[in-house]
Amino acid sequence: MSATFVGMPGSPAFPAFPRAAHDAVRDTTLRGNLRHATHTIRAKRAAAVAEMPDWAALRAAGRQIKDHTLRHLDWYLVRVEEAVTAAGGTVHWAADADEANRIVAGLVKATGESEVVKVKSMATQEIGLNEALEAAGIRAYETDLAELIVQLGHDRPSHILVPAIHRNRGEIRDIFRSEMSRWGRPAPEGLTDAPAELAEAARLHLREKFLRAKVGISGANFVVAETGTLVVVESEGNGRMCLTLPETLISVVGIEKIVPTWRDLEVFLQTLPRSSTAERMNPYTSMWTGTTDGDGPETFHLVLLDNGRTDTLADEVGRQALRCIRCSACLNVCPVYERAGGHAYGSVYPGPIGAILSPQLRGTASEIDASLPYASSLCGACYEVCPVAIDIPEVLVHLRERVVEGGPATRAGNKVLLKPAKGHAAERAAMRAARWALTRPGALRGGQRLASRTRRFHPRTLPGPGRAWTGTRDLPPVPAEPFRDWWQRTHGGPGGKDAK
Amino acid sequence: MSSRDRILGRVRRALVDVPPDDAPPPVPERPGRHPRYEREVSRDYLRQHGDRNTEETVDLLAENLADYRAIVHRCDAEELPRLIAHLLGERGSNTVLVPPALEQGWLTAIEVTLVADRPDSTPHELDRVDSVVTGCAVAVAETGTLVLDGSPDQGRRRITLVPDHHICVVRVPGQVVSSVPQALERLDPTRPLTWISGPSATSDIELDRVEGVHGPRTLEVVLVSGE
Repeated sequence: MSATFVGMPGSPAFPAFPRAAHDAVRDTTLRGNLRHATHTIRAKRAAAVAEMPDWAALRAAGRQIKDHTLRHLDWYLVRVEEAVTAAGGTVHWAADADEANRIVAGLVKATGESEVVKVKSMATQEIGLNEALEAAGIRAYETDLAELIVQLGHDRPSHILVPAIHRNRGEIRDIFRSEMSRWGRPAPEGLTDAPAELAEAARLHLREKFLRAKVGISGANFVVAETGTLVVVESEGNGRMCLTLPETLISVVGIEKIVPTWRDLEVFLQTLPRSSTAERMNPYTSMWTGTTDGDGPETFHLVLLDNGRTDTLADEVGRQALRCIRCSACLNVCPVYERAGGHAYGSVYPGPIGAILSPQLRGTASEIDASLPYASSLCGACYEVCPVAIDIPEVLVHLRERVVEGGPATRAGNKVLLKPAKGHAAERAAMRAARWALTRPGALRGGQRLASRTRRFHPRTLPGPGRAWTGTRDLPPVPAEPFRDWWQRTHGGPGGKDAK
Repeated sequence: MSSRDRILGRVRRALVDVPPDDAPPPVPERPGRHPRYEREVSRDYLRQHGDRNTEETVDLLAENLADYRAIVHRCDAEELPRLIAHLLGERGSNTVLVPPALEQGWLTAIEVTLVADRPDSTPHELDRVDSVVTGCAVAVAETGTLVLDGSPDQGRRRITLVPDHHICVVRVPGQVVSSVPQALERLDPTRPLTWISGPSATSDIELDRVEGVHGPRTLEVVLVSGE
């Protein structure tokens, strides 16, 4: 059984979230950059959503549309295949990252080209397409400004929407100055850190690539089953460049991106921009259905990607993660993401959605994936802002249970019985002890009294396996008197003095 | 077994909890209107936000376009040719690209060189053109959005992308709708569609919005009445 590969190429193993976050929270530049960015977008998003009195109804409709699609995904996948084929496209199916990469590399090679321009795409990051193309002798140029910053900086993306959110303008200028010349047109002389100048440098650098590109690669935000229409939402125009100038377009799309009807776009085109960039509408949205004579690519390929999605679908609690439209609103409100940064999540999907998506797509076998369900304070802010109402805290708790207790799951299409994860023995023992005590009121009362009377002698940190827990938390002090004793003393008797 | 069969098989096995009578709806007879699917999705959200008369809707379009840094002009049909000529002159444009069936009367006052969009014109040729003038299919007031659908007065997608200056003429009130749902109703999904809300922009550097990356850095919208 091959493991599902979800991003972070070149780094086979990632440390567990607590260890990765440990260093990140001490990086004051990173925390400053993140704090500035997340707080800016948070306030703007709230204002953009407040303009819509029917937000709750749009959110409910978005959830229902996605749930309906997922419940009939086999049927809609076949509709997509029929509609795209009828419109002049070719559909390919990829069960995992390797297969998707093989298909795309083969399609590019068949054109005789050795370079491609890419629109930012979470799916192609997830499967490590750029690295796979590199290995096949094909150079892939990222064209989204933030992706370009990440690519030039030999860096990893740290946010779904703004992959270079961890970089400030000074860092970006330095990257452009030192790296652009290695990839093409160098940065202009005397480049400063003014955002407008940096954007201009990116424009000049990328334009020569756009104008000569013969092959474009994209993802899609939505695929309409009824019509075979693909939708890409973007701001810079790099998407339009990649989608319309090349002769061949290859779109790699997760099977969860389907919506049933053309009309359904009215819901998501209202909720996605406001949730992600806090705009009424993003500057550019491109929609295409197969190929059009004389306008845009003559050849269109759609690669439908599974890569762990059907395993996620098999989990009745966790499948709601597949409703995600990748808006990143949950990242921007998350107190954990704000402090730890996106890299600590060890996946192209950081933040709260990453904490539930990655362990489902990849399974919980690795250290990082077993730790991700714990990368949360369960404050619920992510659920509040989610435009498709994914109950992220519910799935986090569900995955914690799977990590600690093990149990049935689906991996690569096969039912497996997971063993309880290592390192949670103390937790399981504590829960067993709690279950024992809580079902025996006499023992509980005795224990509480004993604890109160010995409180002076309690240590400030726990010994043994509890040490890690108190390493980052204060041990709550035991009160001088158990609650039940206090109640009896102040309210006189078990029913209380006001009892009728 | 092909990957297609493998994936479809995995999906079906993953959905064993879905009751068998919960069958998917048949292919809709027309877009988004199948009764069974419509029962599963409650569409009690608004068709538009707020009550406005025609004039107010056009005003809102102008306001929201300007809010996203498009430059908005208003005129009547008679003034339009001179306004277009003026905008091109102001910009210092020497060449202007036009789609094949742009309203002839719109360009009667211009003195710059017209460049036709030929199917074989290369992206490099388009890159040397100063400005482009097009019509539009529909404009959305609530979001400040223009939608182009590749009709002969709007041309191929690339012509409104590569040149740095785009003048888009919107007939008001005929081409203006209030909301996104109303716009989708008017559009034909089989055409290539481009939704434009303000000029090209990025927020990738510290989430500061900067206008103008790859698409036209200047978007001028002419709302023309009495057409």
